[in-house]
Amino acid sequence: MSAEMSSSGAVETITAETAIDPKPVLMLAEFETADVLMEAATRMRDEGFKLWDCHTPYPVHGLDTAMGIRPTLLPWIVLCGGFTGFCGGLLMQGWMNAVDYPFLISGKPFFSLPASIPVAFELTILLSAFASFGGMLVLNGLPRFYRPHFRSDRFRRATADRFFISIDGRDRQFDIGSNSKFLRELGANAVEVIEE
Amino acid sequence: MKRLLDALSPILRPELTGNAKSPEVDNTAYSPDSRVDLITGANDNTTITDKVCSIVEEKPTIGWWGFFLLAFSVLGLLGIFVPFLIFWGVGTWGVNNPVGWGYAIVNFVFWVGIGHAGTLISAILFLFRQKWRTSINRAAEAMTIFAVICAGMFPGIHVGRAWFAYWMFPLPNQMELWPNFRSPLLWDVFAVGTYFTVSLMFWYMGMIPDLATLRDRAKNTVRKFAYGALSLGWTGSNRQWHVYERSYLLLAALATPLVLSVHSVVSFDFAVSQVPGWHTTIFPPYFVAGAIFSGFAMVLTLLVPARQLFGLKDVITLKHLENMNKIIMLTGMLVGYAYSQEFFMAWYGGVKVEKFAFINRAFGQYAWAYWIMVSCNVLAPQIFWFKKMRTNIWVMFAVSIFVNIGMWFERFVITVTSLANDYTSSAWDYYSPKLADVMIMLGAFGLFFTLFALFCRFLPFIAMSEVRGVLADQAHSRAAASAQSASEAAADSASES
Repeated sequence: MSAEMSSSGAVETITAETAIDPKPVLMLAEFETADVLMEAATRMRDEGFKLWDCHTPYPVHGLDTAMGIRPTLLPWIVLCGGFTGFCGGLLMQGWMNAVDYPFLISGKPFFSLPASIPVAFELTILLSAFASFGGMLVLNGLPRFYRPHFRSDRFRRATADRFFISIDGRDRQFDIGSNSKFLRELGANAVEVIEE
Repeated sequence: MKRLLDALSPILRPELTGNAKSPEVDNTAYSPDSRVDLITGANDNTTITDKVCSIVEEKPTIGWWGFFLLAFSVLGLLGIFVPFLIFWGVGTWGVNNPVGWGYAIVNFVFWVGIGHAGTLISAILFLFRQKWRTSINRAAEAMTIFAVICAGMFPGIHVGRAWFAYWMFPLPNQMELWPNFRSPLLWDVFAVGTYFTVSLMFWYMGMIPDLATLRDRAKNTVRKFAYGALSLGWTGSNRQWHVYERSYLLLAALATPLVLSVHSVVSFDFAVSQVPGWHTTIFPPYFVAGAIFSGFAMVLTLLVPARQLFGLKDVITLKHLENMNKIIMLTGMLVGYAYSQEFFMAWYGGVKVEKFAFINRAFGQYAWAYWIMVSCNVLAPQIFWFKKMRTNIWVMFAVSIFVNIGMWFERFVITVTSLANDYTSSAWDYYSPKLADVMIMLGAFGLFFTLFALFCRFLPFIAMSEVRGVLADQAHSRAAASAQSASEAAADSASES
């Protein structure tokens, strides 16, 4: 990995050593505080960027609206998980104790709803929780162990005390010169381009 | 000896060590028009991150090694006595004919109960938007996981033939027989199994951003690889935070009824039976209150020394400890109320054996255990009526130990007294534990503290990402307050002129 200043002086370029024909894949802009980032995110949204993101060390309130993120589908996935758990739990108990191998204990019915509620309830919770955790991973595309972001040393502070905006190289409005100037205007401390 | 004293000096003589830099700040004063600072001292995102990560990044102190080695050697007791038990069978325990449920079930209920405080802190306080949870939730959730591991061990070994423990699960077996879903003991398998799985997911998910912090600060390859793998490639992306926060909220909403159900189901093990002293409808709420009570005591037992040793007094402040003490006092009185109601109902219900069961509990052959329970659980927390006492770390540590002891005895009293003297007086007997009972009980404590020591050493002890959010809120409310006072001052000067 090598870091060198580009001709403009305002943008650092980080290129992978192994890259044969390096192309810019990502632009990173560092911000000092969440307030500046919030303002910048609103402007980015209004400017019409699509493939871009903010990176913050903690969930910043109001940033979702500032970025224009639409509510996630996750609750519906969880509902499906819970429904499957409840029905599956009742069917499992009925089938096992009353159909496949009915056995009589203390004259109790083979299947009765009240006695089946605790297990069905626990399975509702279990499958909902799996749906919530698994759904989060799938919707977020995790795990993905390599990200071009990780090439930047500066970006290491995104999980501690700095705030970043990243623009994907595939965004239609991606342009190193104009984007970096725009990000500087928005209050970025530093702008980097990652090449691969 | 000198080294030992050095190791203990952060606790015994805080003024001699680095902890003197962060003296105890009293942030417990109540003021109706402003919120107290939950993070004291001159802390920002940078210092909090450094402070919490340094616990993992710096070499472990002698104090940590001492604690770990002690816990690990106590864990060794399990290594000796569990194989002994499996080889010789449950005859190595003190269980006899009327008292078929001895220490194993007492320990099981005790450890499941300990776990409940972690879920209460992480899920219920989250739903109620209690910001003070953020400093303590990680450690409390870790405690939950380890406590449930300890609890889960006991049913596994007390079935007698441990190699058939899988019969508890609805798995096809050689007899083509399924488990009996009409039994509360089976409900327990599902309740505790779900509880463990959900708690683990909740804990791990909360840790992903903090593991990413450790990954980004890692200097050596092993750390980079390990924390890199555990943090799943987290970049703090807001598009990911959005889904993450919703998922976390849903998990909290799911864990809340779950935690209430778990100890209710555990209480069904007793309440659904016909044994006098067990067959009561008060058991589910009474068990849940007791579980939270004992769990908070264990959180204090762990956190009071930990905040001292790791220099976290700014993060886990007196306010946090005081709040926990208030919950201990409340749940302690709920438990005391349940004890009294049991007696009232036994008298009011007019069932002879039921009446006998309760008089026997308090004045029979296990009266000593009953009164240990009452003094530890009902009397000891009453000291927290005094603010001086609930903000004194020595007093709260002592009370937390009493409550741990008292709650263990509560389970002992419930389990043993009812079985030892039930309907038929000719079958009565006195239960006392044997060596293997006591050693396995101690070994479980060893397992618990070993896991907790490892957790302190290798995983982020404080939920850093959440604490940063609290710091941001604090900064905002401070800015708003100063803006307000400035505008008031301007208005005053305007009206004067």
